[in-house]
Amino acid sequence: MTAPLETAEPAAAQAAAGPARLGTLRYALSKAGGALLSIGMVIVGTFFLFRLLPGDPVRNLAQGRNMTPEQLDLERHRLGLDLPLFDQFLNFIGQTLRFDLGASYEYKRPVLDLIGDRVGATLLLAGTSLVIAVSLGLWQGMRAGWRHGSRFDRFSTGTSLVLWSVPTFWLGLLLLLVFSSWFQWFPSRGIQDVDAPDGFGYVLDVAHHMVLPCIAMVGVLYAQYLLVMRSSLLDEVGQDYITTARAKGLRDDEVRKRHAVPNALLPTVTLVFMRIGFVVGGAVTVEAVFSWPGLGELFYAAIRVPDFTLMQGTFMLIAVSVILMNTLADVVYHILDPRVRSA
Amino acid sequence: MTETTETRTADPVATVSSTLLEARDLHVEFTSRGRRARAVDGVNLSLGAGEIVALVGESGCGKTTLARTLLGLERPTSGEVRYGGQPLKYGSKALKAYRRQVQLVLQDPTGSLNPRQTVYEAVAEGPRIHRMPDEAEVVNSALARAGLRPPERFLLRYPHELSGGQRQRVVIAGALALNPKVLVADEPVASLDASVRGEILALMLKLRDDLGLSALVVTHDLGLAWNIADRVAVMYLGRIVESGPVEQVLTAPRHPYTQALLSVLPESPERVVLTGEPPDPTRIPGGCRFHARCQILASGKAAEAGVDARCRGELLDILPASALSQAACHYADATG
Ligand SMILES: Nc1ncnc2c1ncn2[C@@H]1O[C@H](COP(=O)(O)OP(=O)(O)OP(=O)(O)O)[C@@H](O)[C@H]1O
Ligand code: SF4
Ligand SMILES: [Mg+2]
Repeated sequence: MTAPLETAEPAAAQAAAGPARLGTLRYALSKAGGALLSIGMVIVGTFFLFRLLPGDPVRNLAQGRNMTPEQLDLERHRLGLDLPLFDQFLNFIGQTLRFDLGASYEYKRPVLDLIGDRVGATLLLAGTSLVIAVSLGLWQGMRAGWRHGSRFDRFSTGTSLVLWSVPTFWLGLLLLLVFSSWFQWFPSRGIQDVDAPDGFGYVLDVAHHMVLPCIAMVGVLYAQYLLVMRSSLLDEVGQDYITTARAKGLRDDEVRKRHAVPNALLPTVTLVFMRIGFVVGGAVTVEAVFSWPGLGELFYAAIRVPDFTLMQGTFMLIAVSVILMNTLADVVYHILDPRVRSA
Repeated sequence: MTETTETRTADPVATVSSTLLEARDLHVEFTSRGRRARAVDGVNLSLGAGEIVALVGESGCGKTTLARTLLGLERPTSGEVRYGGQPLKYGSKALKAYRRQVQLVLQDPTGSLNPRQTVYEAVAEGPRIHRMPDEAEVVNSALARAGLRPPERFLLRYPHELSGGQRQRVVIAGALALNPKVLVADEPVASLDASVRGEILALMLKLRDDLGLSALVVTHDLGLAWNIADRVAVMYLGRIVESGPVEQVLTAPRHPYTQALLSVLPESPERVVLTGEPPDPTRIPGGCRFHARCQILASGKAAEAGVDARCRGELLDILPASALSQAACHYADATG
């Protein structure tokens, strides 16, 4: 490797970029294949899971109403619940693949329509909270890790450990008690007032309703981003290439911005994606506490009834989105890290 | 340590007259968990233009701390680092200018390179922040001088695509790109395969011959010191206990510690096994700092020469930054 090579081949280096790109495509395709397989398993699993649950959906529906056994049978037939299990399974698979998630027993509407009504509210709350939690957590984790042991570090780590260990619903109730019941600064439930104004007033009204649920969700999510960022930055700070960069004459903040932070972000971003399940879990709880009309609250309501088709539909949707996010994380990591890329 | 790969600069006194980098009465202390560690505890050392000095000593004796302090990465508790006859200033501008003169090569090339930078980016970083003109040209010639030819073949590679030896050459190229006068290399080949160690050492000698580069090479490998260095300084517990031209120190060592280090080489007739606790910079013994482990004192030879009381009780002077052979030992002083 030290003998000078006679054949000068300046093109060789450029050519090397080609196969790497191809590798990424192949990797993405294989990951997508894996994701499809997982989704298939979720669909199959969902069917059996919800058939194993105790309770007869039709009888639950009849609660509080007087129905003759004949009426119950009729209802069962209408829902296809009198067919053999295998036929039910085939029907279920076929419908799911056609994006037909069935109709809700409770609301008497297609599950997909119900989801469509609710998904916007969830995306608004979860998306806003996620953006705030990620930016705040990463920024604070970066500062804490770079100056580890400092007062800022001890304060940040302390706060985030407390928030980390507080149960979500508890934090939500505390916020409700203090800022809604006590001070009456914020509404206690819902996404808008009954007599909501139009236009810009409407936006303000929604924002006003969103403050408390958003704080609750940020409080739960941001601690993990902070802690992950801090520890991956600490890993980088001890590395020799940081010393090399200093020895070349880079200023402290240049070392941080050009070397330490980009490299620490890599594992952090992946973890952010990987733990998307936390966001989902947090959203379900927060929406339930604040009666935020999103998917989480829909799911929660479906459990209380219990409304099997609705539960099953929302469950599948949530599981599938977690799988898709994780797949996306794998591919993004692959593109960002040259070490993984060529492996 | 049987073969010499290169001829050395002949006159040791001449090198000192052109001292480039110098440590004067340097002390570096760390406080960890309430205890003061005197990692560097009074060091005088000079490095002449075009000279290669090896700094040897066992693990934990303060070699890395001394090297980092010479680079200005660590601040001395007292004493000073001098470059070109001027004391080193620690303002950010002055330090940045100093970086173009004195560059660093670390032990583990894999860790020394940012895994997400290509070879080009790694080597170009120095010239870029120092705003050197013709960046691409500078990078190419630095890679060529470091033995990566043709440079174009390596520019877009990532560190993980290179062998250990090639990575260390990239690190060296990154240092060379700034056209420094001095390289401080901390165990530059210790993490490399035996087969490529010689190549990297030969490269350093070639750089000295071609570019007049000086180097301080930290190592605990005496054979390596023999092969590459003009002078050697032996460090024990934060202080240099023996120094001088490499032939003299390594063929006729005067300090018992140097003798013990040399005795573990395969060619050595008998092995000296050091007893006593391993050295601890938070508890430096009084008298001669080596006395608790010294085989000369333990065997009674020091008592025969009548210096045993001084070994235990009398501090030794800090050795001056001389190019001549010298040892900080009462017994060596008494027996000549
Ligand atoms: N930043 C630091 N904080 C506290 N103690 C330190 C620090 N750096 C070094 N030391 C201590 O100073 C002493 C000398 O360490 P140094 O790394 O300079 O030794 P070394 O000769 O390079 O050893 P090695 O051969 O293992 O690399 C050790 O006891 C070490 O624990
Ligand atoms: S001074 Fe005495 S104890 Fe110290 S090295 Fe010399 S002989 Fe040994
Ligand atoms: Mg060291």
